[in-house]
Amino acid sequence: MSEPKSSAPMPGRRLLLQGSAAMAAGLAMPAVLRAQDAGPLRIGHLTPRTGFLGPMGEYAVLGVTMAVEEVNAAGGVLGRKIELLTEDSVNPQTASTKAQRMVERDKVHALVGEISSASGLAIAQVANRTKTLFMQTGCNSDELRGKSCNRYMFHLEACNTMYVRTIGQALLRDGMVKGKKWMAFTADYAFGHDLFKQTRKFMDEHGGVFVSNDMLPTDATEFSASLLKIRQQKPDLVISNLAGNQTTNFTKQYHEFDIDVPFAGADMNMTSIWGAGKAGFSGVWPIIWTHQVDAPSAKDFVARFQKRWNRLPGNQAVNDYLAIKILAEAMTKTKSIEPDKIISYLESDVKFDLLRARPGYFRPWDHQLVYEMYTVMPNPDKNAGKFDFMTTSAPVPGPSESLEVLAPTQEENMCKFA
Amino acid sequence: MAELTFVLQQVANGLLLGFYYLLIALGLSIIFSLGGIVNLAHGAFYAIGAYLIVFLSDQIGYGWAFVASPVLVGILGMIVERLFLQRFYRADPALSLLFTFALSMVIEQGLRMIFGASPLTFSIPEFAHGQFIVGDFFYPIYRIGMLAVAIAAVAGTWLLLNKTAFGKIVKAGINDPDMVRAMGISLNPVMTAVCGLGIGLAGLSGVLLAPITGVQPAMGQEILTAAFVVVVIGGLGSFWGVVLAAMLVGVIRGLTSFFYPPASEASLYLLMLLILIVRPRGLLGERFERLE
Repeated sequence: MSEPKSSAPMPGRRLLLQGSAAMAAGLAMPAVLRAQDAGPLRIGHLTPRTGFLGPMGEYAVLGVTMAVEEVNAAGGVLGRKIELLTEDSVNPQTASTKAQRMVERDKVHALVGEISSASGLAIAQVANRTKTLFMQTGCNSDELRGKSCNRYMFHLEACNTMYVRTIGQALLRDGMVKGKKWMAFTADYAFGHDLFKQTRKFMDEHGGVFVSNDMLPTDATEFSASLLKIRQQKPDLVISNLAGNQTTNFTKQYHEFDIDVPFAGADMNMTSIWGAGKAGFSGVWPIIWTHQVDAPSAKDFVARFQKRWNRLPGNQAVNDYLAIKILAEAMTKTKSIEPDKIISYLESDVKFDLLRARPGYFRPWDHQLVYEMYTVMPNPDKNAGKFDFMTTSAPVPGPSESLEVLAPTQEENMCKFA
Repeated sequence: MAELTFVLQQVANGLLLGFYYLLIALGLSIIFSLGGIVNLAHGAFYAIGAYLIVFLSDQIGYGWAFVASPVLVGILGMIVERLFLQRFYRADPALSLLFTFALSMVIEQGLRMIFGASPLTFSIPEFAHGQFIVGDFFYPIYRIGMLAVAIAAVAGTWLLLNKTAFGKIVKAGINDPDMVRAMGISLNPVMTAVCGLGIGLAGLSGVLLAPITGVQPAMGQEILTAAFVVVVIGGLGSFWGVVLAAMLVGVIRGLTSFFYPPASEASLYLLMLLILIVRPRGLLGERFERLE
């Protein structure tokens, strides 16, 4: 036992010792470190990765990751790097638990993400209770900006009314509303119900003749019974208030059944358009952003995204990307990570480049980000490129109109911050 | 009067839907009957079938991909049987349940890692697009083609199980595996073939449904529950029970979608509940000594 046969155990043991020391220091020191604001800035990102909203969640993660990489490459925020914690939010219960853990155990400085309105509400309650900023990037329900609004939640996603009015303008322009018989198909959960309410309100106000509304379970994938029903009822217009994978499948099968009734919907995502594909995509739809948006910053973003991820960005990637950029800008401008200071800054009518022609801003009274939206439809040019089988309209509202015409007014959707 | 035509068309549509359920439930049923294994990964193999046709169509064309995909899924099924499933035939059923559940998660996550979470673009081939119209009745040509393929597959399976020596061994194996072994017949290769066949049928369902529903990683989960309901309603080990149950489920689902859409998915479970109250072994279920 005079000489060790190998020197390997020594550095191993030393490493272990050093590691333990560092760990002990870490355990003992976090309060001190945080007080000095020396560690990285932590952002908690929650979004559905599995289930029928999973495809959109995937783009959310790509967007948020790229934004964090860009901010860090440019030196971080207030001299600190951003550290991203990202997790599958699964459902409202899990989302709430994870949000709470991120805030209380991981000490995140802000929460970002979510797509499901029900999970978004659960996270918002945690944000409100713990006074943590929540940049909400995918929940559409009007209620989140109205009855359930709260001071710590900001909405990068458009609300249902904004979607309905965007498609409504296109339908009014095409004479598809007044006196027309319309059938609706709606996702049977909070988002769908709310969307149907807004669609119904819009169609009623403008003289549409309501035929029927079918609530379809979110796990339904096969819609032949509904499509036969459309053939039988022969309405003038079919409106979809479906969500996620439902939209992809319904659109595909609508085309498969060769139904010649004009088809429109109140919510659309690039993942559904790509899923339906060139042969399956049909109808006219509102959307918050596409890779075809005609603005220099949008084109630049598309190029960077393609370089980083080797695919085109979807609309969901943009919201989560912008959430980080806006947070970073607010922290830099206010030289603070205090939620109250950031809220005051975001409420101060400051304009942000939102990868669109016109800059947008948060409305101070409900924290809705207002911006240009678009409608998409199949490209009449059948020889267009692989990803250009759809076309994006000019921005809605037009250049001379206020950006706020789409969003509900204070009377329509009252929000009182406690 | 018009209302009656509508209802009849929905019934016909329900019967057609029943055949898609049948295709996936049949494989589940024969693997369960012979090996006593509840294959929770059945839906995952269905998803693999769908991904294969999307992937292979680009490489070798739709026609060849249509033939190759279910065969490849069947071969994969045989490999899984040889490597894993055969260890579970005489073990506690909970073990195979756990194993196939884990396998389904591995496959789903694997598909997600390789192809991404977004649905893949895949449409009905141009030659099969269009409508078949007779009077008031119309139906997409592709779905009628699907029906033909499904009927052929089900009929082929029936012939194999009832009119061949192989089928006799399978049937004997279901009823009394020990006696079959005592006769000097090895059940191992038979089990491998049955798993290949059952899982291959799941692959075929995936191939057929890929242009209709979104091709995405969780697609297997969506269909698996319905397939289980069909097997349970039909009764264990009964070929015609599964056929009858699939048709019943298709029609009930079709009619609920017409009269009360929110309950279209729930109707399956209600039907299962009612049938199990009246007939605990399912419609045509037989009594198995080893499962009692």
